[in-house]
Amino acid sequence: MIEAPSPTAIPAPVLPRGQALWRGLRANPLLVAGGLTAVLILVVAVAAPLLAPFPGDAGSATHPFFVLRPPSAQHWFGTDQVGRDVLSRVIYGARISPLVAVIVLVIACVIGIPLGIAAGYFGGWVDEVIMRVTDVFLAFPSLLLALALAAVLPTSLTSLTIAIAVTWWPWYTRLIRGQAASVAGRPYIDSCRALGIPAWRIITRHVLPNSVTPLIVQVSLDVGGVILTASALSFLGLGAQDPTPDWGLMVSEGQTYFTTDWWVVTFPGIAILVTAFAFNLLGDGLRDLLDPKRSLLP
Amino acid sequence: MTGYVARRVALAALVVAGVIIATFVIARVVPGDPAATWAGPHASAAQVAAARRFLGLDRPPLVQLLAYFGGILSGNWGLSIHTHQPVLSDIGTAAPASLELVTAAMIIALAVAVPLGLVSARWPGGLVDQAIRAVSILGVSMPIFWMALILQLVFSQRLHVLPAAGEYSPGLLFSHPLAQRTGFSLIDATISGNWPMLGSILVHLVLPAVVVAAYPAGLIARMVRAQVLDTVSETHIQMIRALGFSERTVYSRFAMKLAWNPVAAAVALVFGYSLVNTFLVEAIFDWPGLGSYTAASIATLDTPAILGVTLFIALVYVAANLAVDIIQSVLDPRIRLR
Amino acid sequence: MRPAPTGPAPTGPAAPRLAISNLQVRFGDRPVVQIDEFTLGEAEIAGLAGESGSGKSMTTLAVLGLAHTVGATVSGSIRLDGTELTTRSQRELRKLRGKHIAAIFQSPAMAFSPVFKVGQVVLSALRLHGMSKADATEAATQAMRQVLLAPDLLDRYPAQLSGGQLQRVAIALALALRARVLLADEPTSALDVTVQAEVLELLRVLREREGMSVLLISHDLAVVAELCDRVAIMQAGRIVEQGPAAQVLSAPRHRYTADLLAAVPRITAAGTGPAGNGAAG
Repeated sequence: MIEAPSPTAIPAPVLPRGQALWRGLRANPLLVAGGLTAVLILVVAVAAPLLAPFPGDAGSATHPFFVLRPPSAQHWFGTDQVGRDVLSRVIYGARISPLVAVIVLVIACVIGIPLGIAAGYFGGWVDEVIMRVTDVFLAFPSLLLALALAAVLPTSLTSLTIAIAVTWWPWYTRLIRGQAASVAGRPYIDSCRALGIPAWRIITRHVLPNSVTPLIVQVSLDVGGVILTASALSFLGLGAQDPTPDWGLMVSEGQTYFTTDWWVVTFPGIAILVTAFAFNLLGDGLRDLLDPKRSLLP
Repeated sequence: MTGYVARRVALAALVVAGVIIATFVIARVVPGDPAATWAGPHASAAQVAAARRFLGLDRPPLVQLLAYFGGILSGNWGLSIHTHQPVLSDIGTAAPASLELVTAAMIIALAVAVPLGLVSARWPGGLVDQAIRAVSILGVSMPIFWMALILQLVFSQRLHVLPAAGEYSPGLLFSHPLAQRTGFSLIDATISGNWPMLGSILVHLVLPAVVVAAYPAGLIARMVRAQVLDTVSETHIQMIRALGFSERTVYSRFAMKLAWNPVAAAVALVFGYSLVNTFLVEAIFDWPGLGSYTAASIATLDTPAILGVTLFIALVYVAANLAVDIIQSVLDPRIRLR
Repeated sequence: MRPAPTGPAPTGPAAPRLAISNLQVRFGDRPVVQIDEFTLGEAEIAGLAGESGSGKSMTTLAVLGLAHTVGATVSGSIRLDGTELTTRSQRELRKLRGKHIAAIFQSPAMAFSPVFKVGQVVLSALRLHGMSKADATEAATQAMRQVLLAPDLLDRYPAQLSGGQLQRVAIALALALRARVLLADEPTSALDVTVQAEVLELLRVLREREGMSVLLISHDLAVVAELCDRVAIMQAGRIVEQGPAAQVLSAPRHRYTADLLAAVPRITAAGTGPAGNGAAG
């Protein structure tokens, strides 16, 4: 069987190795900071039962005698309106937000990537149809569409996840379509086709490797975005319900007491901020690292 | 030039049609039977059937879609369950305040972000660049609702420098009532010369606008930096330098002119996003816009209202993108000369 | 191949417009240009020839004082009409740029900012160097006529003009500014052959009518032979040979020059041969 020549002719953007990687990291302290923080948050999420001083408070425990206590040695972040330890709830909250983000992005990729490849590689009317549908989805700001969907579905964290996933996949379709179209347009691919190489092989050998790096960058940037969207929807009451220790929900619940008991709102909010910030720094730094044109060095 | 505009308008119309269909589909996704909900929990089968006929749900789906389409285009966007008013008129009352808020936020964002982006691009890699970069990313990572609460607490409750809520001081309602002309409070106050009211509105606008401006500011700063850096490595910039222009002029006048194009596109994109962000802050600041309306609609599960707002904002979004396409072709002649 | 130029004879070392000595341009530790001695006299067209990457363009940037914009450092001496440029501040250099020493670049379509009308750039530059709006407009119109372009072309965007037209606008700008020295960095490389000839003719006219000194940088030896009075051959940042054009190109002394010449395809009545043989055509 005639095999197509190995895919060295089409250079894919690569992760710098060894020396270059070290230099890249040194020039990009924000990337390192973001990456380490992100890892830390994931560790906290996994080790929640070990780290939280009052694990029961992340569930439906209530302590009527400890209602709305300010931060102290016993409760570092104070207690909320039913006496639960805010620190423990914040720690357990780290399990929810990243999980939602992962699920959303997996769904978005599973739907978006094949559609994008189909549109970019095959072109023609397939491309037109897919892109028009994508355009309609993209005509709605993500939060809005997710909001509309979450409002009509029964309120739960699952509905929220599905709603966000539905709004997120078009971005990946668009991204992958661009990559697929640029690869498909190269003369090299024509010769592959002429040799009778099946489409799926061309796609896995050439289109996908080229798409990996922009995909990695996009995903790490999107984690922050999904977390913000999810917490916003939970804040509005469209996501997790009490007693789930969702950060957005905690901010919403603490609103009424905010002027006198500031800690109920402040700490969950900081958690959202730090998490989104860390992943955004990571994504932004990765983008700089992998695209030499945009690097910090002149 | 007109050919280009015509093409963009046609494309936009196509997307609008798709958007209307999409909201129709979403409305039908509601689990449960809308007719039963409308008729009430104690309705008899006959009453539910009557409700179904009334709501037009007994007709085939395609007919329903066409009726929906016709309704939208003729201004019938349904009735809000909690205000009992036509959704479109509710939106008409609430939208201007939100549009003012977002416009003010955009102005603040541009005023802050463009200079920061230019400074970043002028000395890339330096400490200032890193700091601006961190702040920009912080801006786009901010949970808006939380920032609103914090700023309200700090500046209003504790420092007492800015008002906590409302569109204007309640007292002015009696001493200097606002003449409703266009529905846009700022414009109305200006054209009727109602200066105390104008001042009050502006002061009340500060906190919510700053909160909404955080995300666009971060985005625009990064964008300006990237665009200007791309541009200054090009030959025409060397030519400008070779003619004797100062670095400052090179960046702010020549490099920036090329950057405005993608920045304008970003502003349109982020306008729609920010309009939705108002949902999160308006209730907190008691700003009488779409956000407050939507927050109330969510609380009462007022589906027609929610979908009406969704449709409205999507239309604004499409219109904004269209406007930007046209503006871009003016700013960058290469587009229309292609 | 045309015989020796008939314009005013170069004045030689008596009053060099541009004098470069011991010039070193470095990226960090790596030197990209090392010129011991090079001068450009009054009303003279001198050529810097060599293949791509030999450091020719870096020399232009160094003379303009813009080497730092690409991260290079400059040491040595560059004298413009006696004034030492390497010790001048950027502010002082800016006054000289455009006014005393102008530059035209390789790809004219890329040299003009695409979002400005060419006239806007021209007028801005003229006003930057002290002309009033009226004077600037007048000077620009005059200059456009001198380069045989209709002045209303100034109202167009770069995308609406051809490469040759854009290059002429660039030359018109140098004319209007009354620059004394023109650095022409590969001015014809991106142009068609017929248009090339027109641009080269213009440069010749500049020298003869305005007394401008032109430093022509090119990898195209045919162009160099066509236009230049003197030529210096560059290889890997160094000048390996320089002298009167006719002499260097017909009787090269350095091995590299000979190789370069041999690489140029020549069609003559007597078959192929090295350039500068004065063959017909």
